[in-house]
Amino acid sequence: MHFGLSEEQALLQETLRGFIEAECPPTRLREIFDEGAAHDSALWKGLAEIGLPGLCVPESEGGAGLGALELALCCEELGAGALPGPLLFHGLATLALREGGAAAQRERWLPALASGERVASIALEGVGGSIDDAAGRPALDAAALTGVARHVPFAEVADLFVVALMDGGLAVVERDAQGLVVEAESGIDRTRPLGTLHFDATPAERLETGAEAFDVVRDAALCALAADAFGAAWALVRMTVEYAKTRQQFGRPIAEFQSVKHQLADMATAIELSRGLYWYAAYACDHIKAEASQQAALAKAHIGDQAVEIARQAVELHGGLGFTWECDVQIWFKRALFDRAFLGTPDEHRDRAAALGGY
Amino acid sequence: MDLRYGPEYEVFRRELREFLTGWPLSGDEAALPQAEQERIFRGRGIDAGYVYRETPEAYGGSGQPSDPLRDRILQEEYGRAGAPGNSLFQGPAMLVPTLLELGSEQQKQRFIPPTLRGEMSWCQGYSEPGSGSDLASLQASARLEGDDWVLNGQKVWTSNADSADWMFGLFRSEPEASKHAGISYLLIPMKQEGIRVRPLRQLSGAAEFFEVFFDDARTPAENIVGQRGEGWQVSRSTLKHERNLIGNPRMISDQFDRLLALAREAQVGGRPALSDAGVRRRLAEIEGFVRACETSNLRILSASIRGEEMQVMLPMMMTKLYSTDVTQMIWKLAYDLLGTAGLTDCEWAPNYARDSTPPAVVQNYLFSLGPAIAGGASNIQRNIIGERGLGLPRDPRPPS
Repeated sequence: MHFGLSEEQALLQETLRGFIEAECPPTRLREIFDEGAAHDSALWKGLAEIGLPGLCVPESEGGAGLGALELALCCEELGAGALPGPLLFHGLATLALREGGAAAQRERWLPALASGERVASIALEGVGGSIDDAAGRPALDAAALTGVARHVPFAEVADLFVVALMDGGLAVVERDAQGLVVEAESGIDRTRPLGTLHFDATPAERLETGAEAFDVVRDAALCALAADAFGAAWALVRMTVEYAKTRQQFGRPIAEFQSVKHQLADMATAIELSRGLYWYAAYACDHIKAEASQQAALAKAHIGDQAVEIARQAVELHGGLGFTWECDVQIWFKRALFDRAFLGTPDEHRDRAAALGGY
Repeated sequence: MDLRYGPEYEVFRRELREFLTGWPLSGDEAALPQAEQERIFRGRGIDAGYVYRETPEAYGGSGQPSDPLRDRILQEEYGRAGAPGNSLFQGPAMLVPTLLELGSEQQKQRFIPPTLRGEMSWCQGYSEPGSGSDLASLQASARLEGDDWVLNGQKVWTSNADSADWMFGLFRSEPEASKHAGISYLLIPMKQEGIRVRPLRQLSGAAEFFEVFFDDARTPAENIVGQRGEGWQVSRSTLKHERNLIGNPRMISDQFDRLLALAREAQVGGRPALSDAGVRRRLAEIEGFVRACETSNLRILSASIRGEEMQVMLPMMMTKLYSTDVTQMIWKLAYDLLGTAGLTDCEWAPNYARDSTPPAVVQNYLFSLGPAIAGGASNIQRNIIGERGLGLPRDPRPPS
């Protein structure tokens, strides 16, 4: 029995953490945030050099062949650094191809995605506004896709989209396919921009076992978002602890006031004790299929809520400064908002968890 | 990560389940008084190596090597069977580990075996009316007179004081020494003239606790654990065990299961509660907290198996605060599900620990307010987490 990280998993997190600290420290993050150009090709190249775009790609297609747990562990670090870039969504797209693609489809697309030469994203939401609302998704007729997919991360950057279909399956669409129009959205999180995809008889290829792969990708996505929110929330706690130690009022650091100390203790407790929730859910995605969907839904709902609440308190504890554009807290606050709402709010996932849990 | 227990432990679990089919007792034994039946079955557990595992055989335990995973399996299976295993009473659960760690050989031989057999019962004398969170300010005194300690003062929140044979408690024996250095840890016979016990009625109406008054009570000089003035350090060892008891997360999962069972039967607005979207969401929200407790427990267990406790110091520090909050959430929803039946007061009865009638829910709801205070109140936990966990500055303290 071991419910902890292996040496390799700990090293994976350490490596990514080190990369983010070196290549995207808060000063650089702030530049990217203010420019609003969240895809930094130098950062993407750096991630490719440590093999991360191929994390979930099978070794036979040039990847590391790892699973939902390793993806989530990476996402914790992405959230902690609020790293701009499509890695989370790219990882999910490769997972969809791995799980849903026929051999020829995997061989055709995965090697270039594993190396990071091409970027992929996911388009799981139609116009229905809910992850499970298939009726609002684009429809595939023969090899022509028609309809709209909203809230697609890095829509303007990705070379390839994995699109959820009205009939429950998945299809792959190339960026330059005829009849695909990409419309930028004004996203809340500047580290992860969104766009809308309009398909008009756009050439698309159905993934062989897409319906099964959809469930796998959705559950892994919920874990990845929970992990990102987890990392973001801990980063906010650390940031606020440091601020409270240095900010002086009434002649002493505000951290000496029990009202502040206790609030920070509650924030840290709320987030630290939910670490096992995302670990377990992601582990279940890889090893305990029967539990995966409910655990992933609970983790996404719980950590999404906790992270936004912690972010709210981080703003409050930073005082007037916390309410300014200039203060970095807002970057993580919006990161948490994205993680909470993207692919469904806590209420939606609690409804799903209740049904899946047999209430 | 690998959540399988492995073949060795699966065999252990299978054999244990087989053993536990022996509870409840059958035949002539089933007619014995309940306490006697529990004593018999606990004795069988000790012989089989399942109960008081790490206590040496010489003191009446099973003398098994430490194994957190076996402990976990035992906890799960004994819980499932509702069978008497390791007693949660304060003698076996708190005093015995303390004596094993810090007691003299003579004390171990004299006190541990009868305590484990259930023949010698204990109560804990720590809190005083003026010393709750600031326990080290305690004033009950012990003065050495010839071969005896002479005790005066008052203890409060003492469970089982009416029935206990002995008390383990903290007394100020060195009035000139500084606050923490003036305390001794003493073992005191309860059945004597100088001790008076009075029930303390709690807000639920039940009287599970007592006040204990010492008026020149006595205990022989050798009944001190550790040296004079070392009582504070000795008591830390006991409190550590108390925190483990209160923070037991299996307890929380069981309570959530009871909540779900309740919700299956309850009505909201004339319809089944489980068809109500609000109730379903509250349940799922609470399940998130319950799963957080469970998985955090699993992390701590896993780290302790591998001797990596240092990596989980933070969640260990946080468990008590968190789990007492979650328990309150569970019973608050259970109470809400009663609707207007929650307006009816009721008296405590022992079966309330298990059944799901409205009076049991009211009692459990009221009782759920207690653990956040016992064994280190929540705001004390927050101080510990803030200062030791997050490295925040200590509170400015007045000179003592």
